[in-house]
Amino acid sequence: MKKTIKGIAAPLSLANVDTDVIMPKRFLITITREGLADGTFADLRFDNEGEVRPDFILNKQPWTTANILVVGDNFGCGSSREHAVWGMRQLGIDACIGTSFAGIFYDNARKNGLALPIVSSETQGDLLQLASDANGGEISIDLETRTITAGDFKAPFEMDDATQTALIRGRDDTMDSLEYVDAIRAFEARLSDTMRVSVIR
Amino acid sequence: MTRTLYDKLVDTHKVCDLPGGDILLYVDFHIMNEYTSPQAFSGLEQKGLKVWRPEAHLSVVDHVNPTRSRAPHDAASKVLIDNLEANCTKHGIAFYGLGDRRQGIEHVVVPEQGLVSPGMVIACGDSHTTTYGAFGALGFGIGTSEVEHVLATQTLRYKRLKTMLVEVEGDLAAGVTAKDIIMKVVQVVGAGGANGYAVEFAGVAIRAQGMAGRMTICNMAVELGGRAALIAADDKAYGMAAGKPHSDGLAFDSEQWASDEGAEFDRIVTIDAAEIPPLVSWGTSPDQSVSIEGFVPDGAADMTPKAKAALDRAIAYMGLTAGQSVQDIRIDSAFIGSCTNSRIEDLRAAAKVLKGRKVAAGVQAIIVPGSTLTRMQAEAEGLDKIFADAGFDWRPESGCSMCLAMNDDIAMDGERVASSTNRNFEGRQGRGARTHLMSPAMVAAAAISGHLADVRSFTPEPE
Repeated sequence: MKKTIKGIAAPLSLANVDTDVIMPKRFLITITREGLADGTFADLRFDNEGEVRPDFILNKQPWTTANILVVGDNFGCGSSREHAVWGMRQLGIDACIGTSFAGIFYDNARKNGLALPIVSSETQGDLLQLASDANGGEISIDLETRTITAGDFKAPFEMDDATQTALIRGRDDTMDSLEYVDAIRAFEARLSDTMRVSVIR
Repeated sequence: MTRTLYDKLVDTHKVCDLPGGDILLYVDFHIMNEYTSPQAFSGLEQKGLKVWRPEAHLSVVDHVNPTRSRAPHDAASKVLIDNLEANCTKHGIAFYGLGDRRQGIEHVVVPEQGLVSPGMVIACGDSHTTTYGAFGALGFGIGTSEVEHVLATQTLRYKRLKTMLVEVEGDLAAGVTAKDIIMKVVQVVGAGGANGYAVEFAGVAIRAQGMAGRMTICNMAVELGGRAALIAADDKAYGMAAGKPHSDGLAFDSEQWASDEGAEFDRIVTIDAAEIPPLVSWGTSPDQSVSIEGFVPDGAADMTPKAKAALDRAIAYMGLTAGQSVQDIRIDSAFIGSCTNSRIEDLRAAAKVLKGRKVAAGVQAIIVPGSTLTRMQAEAEGLDKIFADAGFDWRPESGCSMCLAMNDDIAMDGERVASSTNRNFEGRQGRGARTHLMSPAMVAAAAISGHLADVRSFTPEPE
């Protein structure tokens, strides 16, 4: 059970940050979920020689320990690669606050306990400013009341009920859905033969 | 009550309601590739689960394989390919591997094999699964956890989307293609403008398109954020779905797969087809495009600082100058391929421009047919010879190749590519690579010219 996410927030105001940027393809040639922390935002964090880019926000104090990102519009667009979310989790990111997220990324995040609170453009602007202050302190995201607080600042966020429940309960969707096997069987029983795809014939 | 095509597809595939407002959605057919499925199979293993309906899945190798030759180009790629085959063998799932004449880019292979039919729900661990909307089928991309979910249950936890209607009315001008239509839509709606929506395309210009063009349009709907794209099923859709290896006996005929007259949409966008020019992307997001007669933007006077910063960043990454004519942009490479534009119709369109002409000196030009069967068809028509005579490298194997550069076709730092693909993101075709999106015929025109060029100034050679 996880109801609150607290920590240092880093501003990443770029719009349309795509999953190629979050997890470049050279880190995707893998059959496991592990070992993806180094690949996360690799081309933003490191230069072509592998040296740390000192100007990138996550390479600067105090944001090296950030577990929350305040992001630009349409974050997570592009490829369906869940490696992007796995990598962010392995890098220690617990939440991204933004105005809009690409659909597949949003669903991938929910499956991996990455919270994506959706806020208004105004709140996004306020939070980007707050997060940019090196002495800004912690941000707190209350999943139950759908509220973000930072010192005196307080703002609501949007999150659909199913995602909220999934994040708080941290359950496995596959195992949960198997509780509906009877409903699935009943649905399949109603399918005509012409609606049953078989690739093996 | 009137319903949209999207509503009908969701209603007919709803297994049951779930707490919190999601539904359990039945998936008729599921496609896998070698790079987004391994962790789904290992998830099943860990949980001790079986595949619910093995015959309703298909695996195709396409993302990491080389296209110059058949054998994997490195050990890591071989592991991915072998792993997929082993998982399919173990679970009794159909597998189209390298050397199989049915192999190719998954979204080119599936229609070729007759595995899409109007009224179906199709999922795949690939964002361009929206392609199947061209058939009046609901196709959408999923992540690896969802691949595991559909393997184990043949369903997905699904949240109903809002609906957007994009009407493209009127006739296209000469030299303007389906690629230009969808690039225009992305430009108008914006890269995230359809987040949370299922997008239905309608109008005279959409109905006039053949199935290849409709697939191009639905394929790139994800670039405006659409989680689903749809076009009403008509005779063209049913015609293409029929007469294929797996189409016999496949029919989902419980509904008319079109939106009812008067059905309501949450948002409607109307575009005049006659106003669409051949487009090229200049920036690093698919919505950053301009007419081939246009200029790299220099920003409006009333731009917000945020927008100005984004513009400056894209121009800097692309190595361009604000205000320059896009036809002055010189290219290093040309690439024709990808699930967006590698079908036989695309190859014919490019060959028409290339016939009797030569690729400009210094330009490396590559053509990767969308599937093995597409390649064989093209070779039967003599297209391979036209491409080769023009100086294109006609690849003997099929796959995603340089669209996302997961194989060994990687653009170098700073290399500029005229590309028939779908994404011009930073680093998409290689670290530091610069991608300009356009139609296959426009790629051909650019390859010949050595710079971005207007396909309308290339009259075909007389037959």
